[in-house]
Amino acid sequence: MGIISRGFAGRRSAADAKLPLGQYLTADFPVLSAGPTPHISLDRWEFTIDNGSNVLKRWDWKSFRALPTENIKVDLHCVTRWSKLDTSWEGVSLDVLLADVKIDLSYAMFRSYGDYTTNLPMQDVLNKQAWIAFKFEGADLEPEHGGPARLLVPHLYLWKSAKWVKGMALMTHDKPGFWENLGYHIYGDPWKEQRYSDE
Amino acid sequence: MEGTALLGRVTWRTATVVGLHDETATARTLALAVHDWPGHVAGQHVDVRLTAPDGYSAVRSYSIASAPSSDERIEITVDRLPNGEVSPYLTQEVMVGDELEVRGPIGRWFVWVPEELGPIQLVAGGSGIVPLMAMIRSRASAGSTAPFRLLYSVREPGAIFYRDELQALSSHGESVIVTYAYTRATPKDWPRPAGRIDAELLASGTWSSNLRPTSYVCGPTSFVEHTTDLLIAVGHDRERIRTERFGATGERK
Repeated sequence: MGIISRGFAGRRSAADAKLPLGQYLTADFPVLSAGPTPHISLDRWEFTIDNGSNVLKRWDWKSFRALPTENIKVDLHCVTRWSKLDTSWEGVSLDVLLADVKIDLSYAMFRSYGDYTTNLPMQDVLNKQAWIAFKFEGADLEPEHGGPARLLVPHLYLWKSAKWVKGMALMTHDKPGFWENLGYHIYGDPWKEQRYSDE
Repeated sequence: MEGTALLGRVTWRTATVVGLHDETATARTLALAVHDWPGHVAGQHVDVRLTAPDGYSAVRSYSIASAPSSDERIEITVDRLPNGEVSPYLTQEVMVGDELEVRGPIGRWFVWVPEELGPIQLVAGGSGIVPLMAMIRSRASAGSTAPFRLLYSVREPGAIFYRDELQALSSHGESVIVTYAYTRATPKDWPRPAGRIDAELLASGTWSSNLRPTSYVCGPTSFVEHTTDLLIAVGHDRERIRTERFGATGERK
């Protein structure tokens, strides 16, 4: 236990019990992005899957939205310490997008409009763990929150849920993305408090 | 920076409050003596941990306001949020001599180092000034002559942080050019009515995009969204704009 802060009582609630260590509950939806918000028109939106040399899959907005979708209710945990519980999303599961892709590589680098990148092991992408989400609480996803579509990988810190996602590259080896190159954890499990690269 | 800043970045360190200074009616600067502080660069932040007698603890991130120095001291400026859990304690309860815990410095993206010689545009909304002030102070303490401009938006004149120091730093040769914007109330005889920054004010308060400045924009989300859109609309490269945002309950900054 740390140094006792004289006169500090803190504020606790029943919901805190559901939170990973070091997180606090918020009701609103803070925005953290490294740069300006890109505004992407749906006519030029696309999502592609490649293996580093060849494009394996490509969707435009229309073909993407023709795919089966799921409604998801999940908790969000941001590395800057806020957590938001029971958020509702609609999106396409990565299981659907990868259904007829031969998965012989163990990692993926997701990329976004605005040049953001983040890395994930394929075992965290498959099996009902990741979606490309385009609706939040029933409405089209706002650009500042990653619209028209963002990756949603709620079991990891939220920087892994790349906003404005536009594609993924399958990789043989893990490689750090944008924040992972700037000192954030290569994996980012909130329940193990994997915030920074040296913990 | 990499070596020292990375080693022990995640170690909690004891910080003794060695000075308190009210910036505005709601914001206070805390000077902290941090044992074994590894040093920082302008723009980085620290995690601050408070612990109640029963072991419950709360952690929030705050930008460092002070320039890098070798004396194991840092300053943070905390703005009190009406329903905050940590900020009311730091702005109202804490006394000189109290001990807190901090870890850091954290962040390697929203940073400026004096080795960067190019023009810098700073855009602050409210308490978003804090990491930008660290950059202005770092420039001054390093004797840098990098061209700096600050466009600083506040609700009203009483909400300005570091007013006298900004005045001093902007009133001599090779100084920082400071432009204020007032959203709710202006000083007496101010030439512009109060209101959010528009294209005209942005043009008069920032470097031309022809100079290809690097911009650092920090403030509430809506402020950052609005001002970065304006910067991009007048030709600033999206790649040269770095942002840091905080939401209504975000205690960062």
